[in-house]
Amino acid sequence: MFRIRFHARGGQGIKTASRILGTAFFLEGYEVQDFPRYGAERRGAPIFAYVRASKNTINERGIINKPDLVIVTDDSLLLLPIAGVLLGVTERTVLLIATDEATELWKKRLNLQGLVLSISTQAAVKGHAGLPLLGAVCVGAAAQLVGVISKSALEEAIHEQLQPLGKVIVEENLAAAMTAYDQIEAYAGCTTEREDPSADSYESPDWIDLPFEDASTSAPYIHAAATTLNVKTGLWRSLRPVIDLQQCNRCALCHIYCPDGVISLDAKGYPQIDYQHCKGCLICLAQCPLHAIDAIPEPRQEGEIS
Amino acid sequence: MICKLLTGNRAAAWGARLARADYIPAFPITPQTEIIETIAHWIDEGRMDSRMTTLESEHSMITSAGAAVTTGVRTFTATSSQGLLYGMEMIYTVAGWRAPFVLVNVSRALSAPLTLEPDHNDVLAARDSGFLQIHCATCQEVLDSVLLAYRLGEDEKVRLPVIVNLDGFYLSFTREPVEIPDDAKVDQFLPPYNPGETRFRAGDPISHGVAVLGGSQYSYFRYETHLASLNALEIFEEASKEFEELFGRSYQPVESYRTEDAEVIFFMMGSFATKAKDAVDRLRSVGRKVGLLQPRLLRPFPVKAIVRALAGKKGIAVIDQNISLGKGGILYTELCSALYSMADKPVIVSFIGGLGGRDITREEFYEMVAVTMKAIETGEAPPPRLLYSKEELIQMKGLQSIARVEQRKGRGKR
Repeated sequence: MFRIRFHARGGQGIKTASRILGTAFFLEGYEVQDFPRYGAERRGAPIFAYVRASKNTINERGIINKPDLVIVTDDSLLLLPIAGVLLGVTERTVLLIATDEATELWKKRLNLQGLVLSISTQAAVKGHAGLPLLGAVCVGAAAQLVGVISKSALEEAIHEQLQPLGKVIVEENLAAAMTAYDQIEAYAGCTTEREDPSADSYESPDWIDLPFEDASTSAPYIHAAATTLNVKTGLWRSLRPVIDLQQCNRCALCHIYCPDGVISLDAKGYPQIDYQHCKGCLICLAQCPLHAIDAIPEPRQEGEIS
Repeated sequence: MICKLLTGNRAAAWGARLARADYIPAFPITPQTEIIETIAHWIDEGRMDSRMTTLESEHSMITSAGAAVTTGVRTFTATSSQGLLYGMEMIYTVAGWRAPFVLVNVSRALSAPLTLEPDHNDVLAARDSGFLQIHCATCQEVLDSVLLAYRLGEDEKVRLPVIVNLDGFYLSFTREPVEIPDDAKVDQFLPPYNPGETRFRAGDPISHGVAVLGGSQYSYFRYETHLASLNALEIFEEASKEFEELFGRSYQPVESYRTEDAEVIFFMMGSFATKAKDAVDRLRSVGRKVGLLQPRLLRPFPVKAIVRALAGKKGIAVIDQNISLGKGGILYTELCSALYSMADKPVIVSFIGGLGGRDITREEFYEMVAVTMKAIETGEAPPPRLLYSKEELIQMKGLQSIARVEQRKGRGKR
């Protein structure tokens, strides 16, 4: 069985990418299971997607703890413990990272023994919105890495998954995926199905008897006020809303509709965005009747990802 | 017939579409929303001839479903977790009306603490309501169970609403190959609903769910509803036989997997039962005599079939993805009562795992067999075991120590 795990930030198209890969396997005659996992749906938060593919019935389910291939579309996740990118990664796991840093640097930084491959985000095919199509790029590369997916199956899978979004989106994603597929040809088939260890010898789970603790410890409380201020949710943003105050007529709709309450009004009634906490959902942009709000790709600054 | 990759949610929507559900009262909740979104799209595109109404709560939604079905239209609805609980007053009420419709519940663990991932405490809160319950382990079962549920609930000998349950995330958002049956065949299996004498017409009004005092009449109505639920066991077997002839897939009230010569049996329901199946295959390949018994019908509870399947077995590992706080695993309790009068009962070991969507690893399935084997040897079952590791507690302590620092900092400021 192939076990493939995707890591991305919400909005990078990884759920769709995992479905394209799943569909491509299915078209090649595999049994397939694909599955995204996330918390409250939100742009920019770390999300996971899993693909299992096998010639036999798949009875495994849920998260993949021992992946054959790990795909990371956002290299800032590698340094985020909560993203769990390296969970179950061994010397036989292939790690594919969309990054503009050298693979050797990541290998050293993360102390990795296995094959690490990178795919440039700057050189990646960009979509009509001007952003690199990282989901498509990664799925193109993954399809090549598993070695059992033909270009025609990949193409058909992209058509099937993206066709409702229109021709332009199908074409640009096809271009991105096929370019990556060709780019990584030298590594075709380097991700292989793993032989599972026999049920005769296994590591026993370290179960414990949960001790009683009184409610001051064991009730699900956060014992502090205003903790949301400490969580810099602005880091989740992939697109930044920018208000053109010259055009703004101070109608305050953006302030009213912001679901996170991060657009305040200054003394003169002009909206101000708290970029430390704005998640980049762009509801303000959709609401602004004067189209005075624009979205620009988020500039990644040094040190911002740590 | 076509075979496609479908999520459990879309499979549920396909069930409603193929059943030609006329009316769909709806209210969104994660992880169920994809079901009503899908149906809304189909109605919008003219691919499904139904009327959808969004209500202001699950309480109204379930009332609306019960009211609609008494006028004779086939009704479908879906909810999850907190939504099911919010509508709980009406869950009991519409079952008492003997209003047969299908409610898909996408299991999600209950608050507090709030979460999105699944366990079965939500659907088990409706256990005693009079709704029949079908629990699914795969996306294919979801689609097929919706069709079976209408046959079952609408049968004259039953006339009860049915919950079809699927696990959030592990089925709701998971795509698997699903065979979508042909319309014509489904129409053959599931003719339009005929409410007969229980039908409400504006020109010929009747009252549903009347008030009774004194207890005697109440006892009559409640026990009749109980008998109707029990009838569903027989009807399920009839319907599933016909289902198999038409669609080639066979469903039993309780599913046996490699149990015949098994000494140890996993007893569990829901999507993680496929993980148990996987563990059974792996343990079989090294010569362990292990099997899986998976109740598909929880209400009515197929006691006879379970007793038959477990006769002569040595040990059972019950895995409850739920917890009755102050008692323990609910399936464990149900199974113990079913087997109490059996001669040479197997040793029954209680495991509680997968709460709030926590994974159950392959190694944990192996270990549950080892623990049960040991219980067989000693003739004594160990105390109930929560599947929870030392490492998990260490992580919890780490989070709590952060919370304590925050608490001190907060107090310093005040």
